[in-house]
Amino acid sequence: MTKKKAISSRKLTSEDADQLHDISGVNVYACYQCGNCSASCPAVEFMDIPPHLVIRLAQLGFIDELIEAETPWICAACITCTVKCPRGVDIAKVMEGLRQIVLRRDFEHINIREIDKKLREKLPQIALIGNFRKTIL
Amino acid sequence: MKRIGVFVCHCGINIAATVDIESVVKDLEDYPGVVLVQDYKYMCSDPGQNIIKEKIKSERLDGIVVAACSPTLHENTFRLTCKTVGMNPYSCEIANIREQCSWVHKNKDEATLKAKLIIRSIVEKALLDEELEPVQVPVIRKALVLGGGIAGIQAALSIANSGYEVILVEKQSSIGGRMAQLSETFPTLDCSQCILTPKMVDVAQHEKIRLMTYSELEDISGFVGNFKVKIRQKAKYVDWDKCTGCGLCIEKCPKKAPSEFDQGLEKRKAVFTPFPQAVPNKPVIDHENCTYFKTGKCQLCKIVCSFDAVDFDETETFVEEEVGAIVVATGYDVYPVLNMDEYGSGKLPDVIDGLTFERILSSSGPTGGEVRRPSDGTVPKEIVFIKCVGSRDPEHHFPYCSKICCMYTTKHAMLYKHRVHDGQPYIFYMDVRAGGKGYEEFYQRAQEEDNVIFLRGKVSKVYQDDDKVVVCGIDTIYGRNVEIRADMVVLAMAIRPSKGVEELTRLLKIAIDQNGFLTEAHPKLRPVESLSAGIYLAGCAQAPKDIPDTVAQASATASMVSNLFSQEYLLHDPLITGVNEDLCSGCGVCVSVCPYDARKLNKEEGIVEVNEVLCEGCGSCSAACPSGAAQQKNFTDTQLSNMVKAILSE
Repeated sequence: MTKKKAISSRKLTSEDADQLHDISGVNVYACYQCGNCSASCPAVEFMDIPPHLVIRLAQLGFIDELIEAETPWICAACITCTVKCPRGVDIAKVMEGLRQIVLRRDFEHINIREIDKKLREKLPQIALIGNFRKTIL
Repeated sequence: MKRIGVFVCHCGINIAATVDIESVVKDLEDYPGVVLVQDYKYMCSDPGQNIIKEKIKSERLDGIVVAACSPTLHENTFRLTCKTVGMNPYSCEIANIREQCSWVHKNKDEATLKAKLIIRSIVEKALLDEELEPVQVPVIRKALVLGGGIAGIQAALSIANSGYEVILVEKQSSIGGRMAQLSETFPTLDCSQCILTPKMVDVAQHEKIRLMTYSELEDISGFVGNFKVKIRQKAKYVDWDKCTGCGLCIEKCPKKAPSEFDQGLEKRKAVFTPFPQAVPNKPVIDHENCTYFKTGKCQLCKIVCSFDAVDFDETETFVEEEVGAIVVATGYDVYPVLNMDEYGSGKLPDVIDGLTFERILSSSGPTGGEVRRPSDGTVPKEIVFIKCVGSRDPEHHFPYCSKICCMYTTKHAMLYKHRVHDGQPYIFYMDVRAGGKGYEEFYQRAQEEDNVIFLRGKVSKVYQDDDKVVVCGIDTIYGRNVEIRADMVVLAMAIRPSKGVEELTRLLKIAIDQNGFLTEAHPKLRPVESLSAGIYLAGCAQAPKDIPDTVAQASATASMVSNLFSQEYLLHDPLITGVNEDLCSGCGVCVSVCPYDARKLNKEEGIVEVNEVLCEGCGSCSAACPSGAAQQKNFTDTQLSNMVKAILSE
């Protein structure tokens, strides 16, 4: 059912973990797992990993799992979690940090040449630009 | 016949809901000897007591019966009430119609009948009660403190500062106890020895304190205010009067043994002081390890000693003293790791208990405060701390919480991080209990500033793999099993009462609880007294506690002792069993059944004599006496037989 996970200081100080800290500026170790962020999140039921576990995984250095997760993209950045946190952890910034890590990897969400010419001509410009922006940040 | 007044309490609805008070009052009005029956909602209240006072005077009562709650609660209240209007307090009797009647029954008719019978029987007792005066006992204003840890030190200093003499007895050759072994103390991280040693020196220099180290209590007799104690001074083989503590003998001694003070991490000599700041700073020779005692050869210490202090012929000596109060502050031991099969049974060198880790962290320890693991002396880069090892496990070990582990483990992780900056501490916990001033803040600091990883869950096993110690546990927050390949594991072992405390309690006749800790007289209201008058408790011997709590408790204990010593004489309950010399045949049966050594056979006179102060009025002798000579005051055979008749005469 559950897979055994190895915890190590190598994981805790990985490049991903450092990058998350650099981008967000948040010390995730301040979190004591009360769960108030998840309890107050208006979008939690649509997420695959609730916010408090996002922070937990960040504490344990499992950034790779978080990068694969849908949660950061479902997060509406309403900042309720940040406002509610008793330890001053800015969870919304962590979510943004995770989104940034993904975006900065610079993989191509769309290849314009792969889109059918007819469709390409019909697509609204804003849709194309939106997609490009996500890839070039 | 005596004029008895009966006062029936409703206790709100506690009694009145189950017992028909009106019917009880009516029934007793006609009972022989009863001249007045009065009921009231709360007899123990001021108006209730005033009714009793008025009626005693107006009805010229000779004795009263208060039908109310258990005598353990308000007997004293009502006896004092009687005393204020000039009635002998022992002419007041309590009929318990609450705990033994209304609270345990549902049927009102039956409960009412039972209440009537209880009160009638107590009226019979009151009719034959004698007027008694408490026995006066002198007090010896000198205290014996057993245990020279922080609890004993604090209690001794506090009693001595009140102006009373103290004998402080310690089993080891130096005072200081467990606190002397600690590195730094939570939550302020001040050095343990730095705050303890001034107190140790105070003890040594105090003119009211007689320090007896390397000694143990051998025997005790007597009672509160008047104990006779015999203290065994173990053979030190060094004459401390001659010894200057220069340490040359220690330097030259060729034989080594594991140091108890350093938890076996380091060796000490066969002639040794446990640590450099020992008080008194004089060595003893360890008989078991000394080469001379084993082979008859060596005597190097004797040869180098310029003061001729070494004396291989020294024997143990005994000192007899009289004291008025005894403080038991015998401290704690750590539950041995060898009891934990799943954590390597103490066979893995890098799996150690918290106290051993304290020595590793201590600047006076074997590594000078550098964190190095015991197996190969390398600096551990990842340490796993496991809490609740042996504690909170009623199925396999002990049910209680050892209380100090949450904080000291957090401290360990923090200190480790301060010493090894690139190291990573992990703590496996079940709950974090950081109740105490500045404790929660300390715990949050460990997480936020020192990046201590807290993993909620138990560790199922720990095993050696190459030079790593593999820890298999779970993080129940994250919901997955986890595995850490650590360099070292520190176990927060359960706190146990120190070895030998059971024999000591048998000697002192005080109780221990199911876990072996000393039992206090009342868990909330009498937390520093034992159930035996004149014997008090302090520190971890009573229950696991940290230094602030221990110091507070020891100070409270000292205050109780001062309280006792400030009295001119003590009053002893006169409800004792005497001897009717005309009836006593001198058979001595009562002497053998007395649990308090209160009765002695006078062979010349052929009768038994009673020490009224030692007698606790248990009644064993009255039951055993074949001739009826041993009659307990106000519980005579005639009284008891009348009481039984009253109950059966329904």
